[in-house]
Amino acid sequence: MRRAGLVLAAMMMCAGCDAAPPHVAAQRFGFGRPATAAEIRALDIGIMPDGTGLPAGSATAADGAPVYAAKCVACHGASGEGTPVAPRLVGRIPRDAFPFAQSLALQDTKTIGNYWPYATTIFDYVRRAMPQNHPGSLTDHEVYALTAWLLWKNDIVKADAVIDARTLPAVQMPARHRFVRDDREASTRVR
Amino acid sequence: MTTSLSRRSLLGRLLAGATGALATMAFGRHDMPLQGAMPAVPPDPTKVPGGPTSVLGARSAFESPERILFATASKTPLQDLHGTVTPSDLHYERHHGGVPGIDPERYTLLVHGMVERPTVFTLADLKRFPAVTRTHFLECSGNFTPNAPENITPQELCGMTSQTEWTGVPLATLFREIGADPAATWFLAEGEDAAVLARSIPVSKAWDDAMIAYAQNGEALRPCNGYPARLLLPGWEGNTNVKWLRRIELASEPFMTREETSKYTEALKNGTARQFSFVIDARSIITNPCYPERVQPGWIEFRGLAWSGRGRIATVDVSVDEGATWQRATLETPVQTKAHTRFRYLWRWDGREATVLSRATDETGYVQPTVRELVEARGPGAGPYHLNPITGWRLKPDGRVLFRTEPWA
Repeated sequence: MRRAGLVLAAMMMCAGCDAAPPHVAAQRFGFGRPATAAEIRALDIGIMPDGTGLPAGSATAADGAPVYAAKCVACHGASGEGTPVAPRLVGRIPRDAFPFAQSLALQDTKTIGNYWPYATTIFDYVRRAMPQNHPGSLTDHEVYALTAWLLWKNDIVKADAVIDARTLPAVQMPARHRFVRDDREASTRVR
Repeated sequence: MTTSLSRRSLLGRLLAGATGALATMAFGRHDMPLQGAMPAVPPDPTKVPGGPTSVLGARSAFESPERILFATASKTPLQDLHGTVTPSDLHYERHHGGVPGIDPERYTLLVHGMVERPTVFTLADLKRFPAVTRTHFLECSGNFTPNAPENITPQELCGMTSQTEWTGVPLATLFREIGADPAATWFLAEGEDAAVLARSIPVSKAWDDAMIAYAQNGEALRPCNGYPARLLLPGWEGNTNVKWLRRIELASEPFMTREETSKYTEALKNGTARQFSFVIDARSIITNPCYPERVQPGWIEFRGLAWSGRGRIATVDVSVDEGATWQRATLETPVQTKAHTRFRYLWRWDGREATVLSRATDETGYVQPTVRELVEARGPGAGPYHLNPITGWRLKPDGRVLFRTEPWA
């Protein structure tokens, strides 16, 4: 209730600063048309850390190895070590140290295993943008398979781990606890 | 009659094209001598009839400002520009999947998720809403070159900032229209490019000053800047200003996309990684004189740009003794919020070596830091994002202007 009141106040404040005068702000314009369920389904590809959006299906690292070899190796290297045209994907730093602030030269060593905070991001990104020469061409099964292979190569899951909509959000990423929200604007000091 | 006019117009364009090509050859690189082929002009333009009208006004054949190209980016020639607005064809680019081709007649924006009425808007729908026009800078947060050499231009150093007069519909208007759920705190903004680039944005920014822009400096967006419609989040890092916007999904949590986790985060010396670091901190740079210009003793007007994602620029100070003392520069008015602000400082140079710096302070009191202050606060590897250090130029006794080099760490 309190929250709704705050939002309403924000809306009213905003009515003063954008082009809609106050007598219009409370009404709707009626522009646009209702989205159908099919239209939403066709575009709704986002995956959330709790697994919301993950499709049916499952795969293991063994399923992913041939997919990686066929569709990823040209840019990311035989074992995910990266090439001049695509970043390194695989690698852990001993004891999961987090040395990246020590040198700009370490930027290229940020891998899924030592930097990515959420396993669901792998599925989301690979499905929406990879491979670069045929973006959006992978089946959900291929994406699950590559996700499993990448997690296994980074020593995060076992070779026979089944990755699906239930297990993927439960994967604990080594760097998860490192991530904090930006606090620069709370101060005029350099942060 | 019409035919003959068209022919003249065509002839004029062919001539302009030919001279333009020559000019490009002559001015193509800053380290090439300027002698050589120049556009042909009459010895006295008052004694011959001038050229015809044209359907598009081309630049003078003597002027050839250009972006410099990288694999997934291009940079604005800051040193070639005046005032504060970036000509649309010189706005910087940063793409993650190339520039998509989008038919405006088929373009749609889907808004769904935690809303009362999931809605599809056409471009025409977006243009029917009450519009706003605002001038803001847009800057890639990875816009600094650590350990830059002395022979670097402002364009090469930090040319991924540009300024535009944007026109569009406030996102707040759209969110009221579709009935945004008060419990929605984040929204996903997604592009229609090959990367289907996606970022999670706090809903509070929509109620503040976010807009969906469809026009840039008085005309439709350029394809490389998001045609036909893009998200504009004044003062926030370029990557969040999703181009070719096709979908907005309201939610109660961020989606944790690749761009907001593995990229566009800063590993800090305390062992954390800073995430959702949206705002661009205050910054300035002297754009003229700069490398590779030559200067002469006497009056020099130092000109530059200052900007802050937190609000208006309050002051810009200039030092001609490498930071020992600072003097107040003049700000060109109106000073707009979250906007490139032109500053000027007039100084009489005696011809002895001097190092000139600029330092911006914004209306919140935030002061542009030195390299050392940045490195001390974050650690030497806390990049490449949000690096906004004080920079400057050395005036050499022989008139050369060289970038003031400074080891990053």
